[in-house]
Amino acid sequence: MNDLTLIRKSLFRKKTRAILLILSIMTAFLIFGALASIDRVLNSSEELSRADRLVTVNKINFTQTMPYAYWGRVGAVEGVQAVTHASWFGGYYQDVRNFVQAFAVDVDTYLEVYPELVMPADQRAALSERRDCVAVGADLAEQYGWAVGDRFPLSSNIWRQADGSSAWDVEVCAIMTIPDQELPTNYLLMQYDYYNEALAFNRDQIGWMILLTGDPANNDAVSERIDTLFANSPAETETTTEAAFSQAFVEQLGNIGLILSLVVGAAFATILMIVGTTMVMAINERTKEVGVMKTLGFSSTRIFTHVLSESVLLSLVGGLLGLGAAVLLLGGIAEVAGGQLPGLGVGRETWIQALGLMLAFGLLTGFVPAVNAMRLKIVEALGKD
Amino acid sequence: MTDVLYELTDLSKKYTRGKESVAIFEDLTMTINRGDFIAIMGPSGSGKTTLLNLLGGIDKPSGGQVVCNGLRIDNLSQAKLAKWRSSHVGFIFQFYNLMPTLTAAQNVELPLLLTKLSGKERKRRVQTALEVVKLAERAKHRPRQLSGGQQQRVAIARALVADPDVLLCDEPTGDLDRATADEILETLQLLNSELGKTIVMVTHDPAAAKYARRELHLDKGRFVETGAMA
Repeated sequence: MNDLTLIRKSLFRKKTRAILLILSIMTAFLIFGALASIDRVLNSSEELSRADRLVTVNKINFTQTMPYAYWGRVGAVEGVQAVTHASWFGGYYQDVRNFVQAFAVDVDTYLEVYPELVMPADQRAALSERRDCVAVGADLAEQYGWAVGDRFPLSSNIWRQADGSSAWDVEVCAIMTIPDQELPTNYLLMQYDYYNEALAFNRDQIGWMILLTGDPANNDAVSERIDTLFANSPAETETTTEAAFSQAFVEQLGNIGLILSLVVGAAFATILMIVGTTMVMAINERTKEVGVMKTLGFSSTRIFTHVLSESVLLSLVGGLLGLGAAVLLLGGIAEVAGGQLPGLGVGRETWIQALGLMLAFGLLTGFVPAVNAMRLKIVEALGKD
Repeated sequence: MTDVLYELTDLSKKYTRGKESVAIFEDLTMTINRGDFIAIMGPSGSGKTTLLNLLGGIDKPSGGQVVCNGLRIDNLSQAKLAKWRSSHVGFIFQFYNLMPTLTAAQNVELPLLLTKLSGKERKRRVQTALEVVKLAERAKHRPRQLSGGQQQRVAIARALVADPDVLLCDEPTGDLDRATADEILETLQLLNSELGKTIVMVTHDPAAAKYARRELHLDKGRFVETGAMA
């Protein structure tokens, strides 16, 4: 027997109560693990953001397009080092449920503006040679089992070709990765010219432009020049940093961060009060036992450590079970989502945050009962005259 | 030369109730010799348990000195007192006060967690202590699986296991029937006569007191020695 045995035995003195407490804590950490992971996935594009990268969208809304000619005009603006454009394709593979995040882009300038996207040199060369070539992110390729050389019809749930078809025949010419980062590569880049020439409507329009200023200090001036350039035109623009654009995109779904904080905060506050009160009651029930331990020679410091360790152990057991449940739950959601939420899972950062929270939770709920136990006078605890 | 274990000098203990100060005893002076077996009797509220608490260092006197084995314990810090208790005093309570979640062996092992003994040595000592109280075969039973007498035997083994200088017993047979009480008292007598353990026992029961070598009556803060056995 050692001190850990004593702590464990004290914790499970009343098994039903201990199990219910563990289930409460487990629920809190299940919510935390699941929401934090979903938030991380939705905000992963923000992590990719670069400080000197700006995005220009139609001022009405980023879903509104703007003339293709803007691309060339922005390229000539003072302070713009490189500029590319992208258009939302709204793709799917074989069945509308097999969502494919596809963008029609000018590949050469796109890869210049996004140098973190890499692919083998021969694949890179092949990509520029043929207009029906597409570059596929490694995560997406893995999801559908695509390899270089595979051909398939990429359908759009938005666009139609002049002949009535909604599918563009494409060939995978390159597989893209983002080395040294845990960011998902779950999208496809197709050639703008190939997409645009076949369009039945909205031809020669682009979705948005992405540009580099070379120095974040130039961002404001460049943004102003671009937006001034298109002021009072049919398609006025709004230029922001890439991070702000990504944030605005995610916020279309609601303020995930705020929802996360409120839900997790409410769950934690409630469970903290329940566990804290129960711990105080549990220690009060053991007043005499604490008195006996002190009589035997256990110091007040050791008693304090025992009680605190008990609540930390309770928190760790419940928290780890909760995160384990979150792993299973997210695995299930990822399965059902069919790849629309790549990278969904309890990431390393979430584990570290959760472990910190478990410790804080355990220390917070155990502190008051530990102090009470430490201060307990033996004579009073034994209840004798 | 007499081997004195405890020397109590001008000991007093007062409690404050509201604005009133109530003296339990004042200027109490006595000695307890090593190897003695003393029964302390007296009416309720006479201060028997308070005296036992002072001897065990779980309460502090209002005045005077308590010296045990040459060490003055009444002015030690709580931390030092805890350490002192762990190696010098064994306590036996009326209601056994065993840990309900631990087995008999684990209850007996509890004081040894405060020592630097190896796990193997701890097990050996626990086994010996349980054999002394004739409960080795019940080592893995929890308190609720044992009778009152058996629980008190486990408590005696727990008090013995660290080989203390003195056993302080607070009404050790108060919760037991006559036959079981006699068995416990015989065990205590054996520990005193065979192992030379000093025992101070508080009791209301004159029959229990007969097992001691000396009987002391505490009344109105004064001791009256009423008998000594061979």
